Formats: sequence, C-alpha cells, structure tokens
Amino acid sequence: MLFFSFFKTLVDQEVTVELKNDMEIKGTLKSVDQFLNLKLDNITCLNSAQYPYLNAVKNLFIRGSTVRYVHMNPNSVDCTLLQDASRREAMVQAGK
Amino acid sequence: MSTVQTSHQQAEEPLDLIRYQLDEYIIVKLRGSREIKGKLQGFDSHCNMVLSDALEYIYNENDDEPMTKKSEMVFVRGDSVILISPIIE
Repeated sequence: MLFFSFFKTLVDQEVTVELKNDMEIKGTLKSVDQFLNLKLDNITCLNSAQYPYLNAVKNLFIRGSTVRYVHMNPNSVDCTLLQDASRREAMVQAGK
Repeated sequence: MSTVQTSHQQAEEPLDLIRYQLDEYIIVKLRGSREIKGKLQGFDSHCNMVLSDALEYIYNENDDEPMTKKSEMVFVRGDSVILISPIIE
C-alpha cells in the first residue's frame, strides 16, 4: 500500500512513464489504484516516431503491470518521509 | 549462544537487508539487460523501489559500452527486479 499512497501524493504532477515495451509517455498523473494502474492526461509519447498511433490520444489508462519506470520531479518527493514510511512498512510486514 | 527467539528478536529476513540500504547507493539488476544505480529512498515487499540520483545502464550485445540514462527521481516496478546489491566504494 506504500507506493499506492506515494503515487496519490503525485496526483496532478507531471510524470514520465516508461513501459516494458520501451514506450515512454509523459503526462499529468490523474489517478492511481492499488495495482498501481495509472491514468494520465495531456499525454505526449516521447518516442512518437516508433508509436505514431498515440499522437491523437490525449489521455489514457496504463495497466500497472506493464510499467517499468515512473520518472518524476525530485522536488515533489519528500525523501525522509518516504524512507520512514518504508521502514514502517517493513516492520509491519515482518510482524505478519 | 541460544537460538531461541523472543518476539522482540525477529529472525533476519532477506528484505531487512534492503531496509539497511535506505538512504544508501545500491545497484539493481533488472530484466532486459538493464542495471540501475541510485540512492534508495523507498521500497516495499514487492521490491518496488524509488531511487534518487539514478543512472541506468542498458547493455546491448552489439556494443561494448552500455547506454546510460540519468534520472533524478525514479520509481522502479518490482516485477522487473532480479537482484539488489549495495555499492561498496
């Protein structure tokens, strides 16, 4: 649930999603769910030469399992908070 | 040495080794001939991770040198992760 909460803090921020098929999509993160499926608005495909069929698409849903990376603005991440939350999550998992 | 564990002394789990690397530089080997070096900012039990100051290496059998890509802050989905190792300077 940690990264679900993490992505919820990134809603309305610009992110770049790299998929496992090497497609890179930049857009505004509109929503996220527990599977880390993503909804992006105002998208641009960074390698549109390879994927011209995305030129006409303005918003899309990405199945979480196809994501390789999500690049984000470092200023929108509170690193200490994220580290503490990871430690807490690890404690909870160890207690199970 | 007693091997009896109390509830306060949990057995060390593999994921604890990742926890010790928080705020330290690690190298992560990924599917698709990729590696990524960066400072570990967060992780969960699926090995989803957030790395800051990251450098990705993409190995290609036709080139001797890997292609590199920089990223200041990146989330890595755990299902691509093969192994995680601390960087020993």
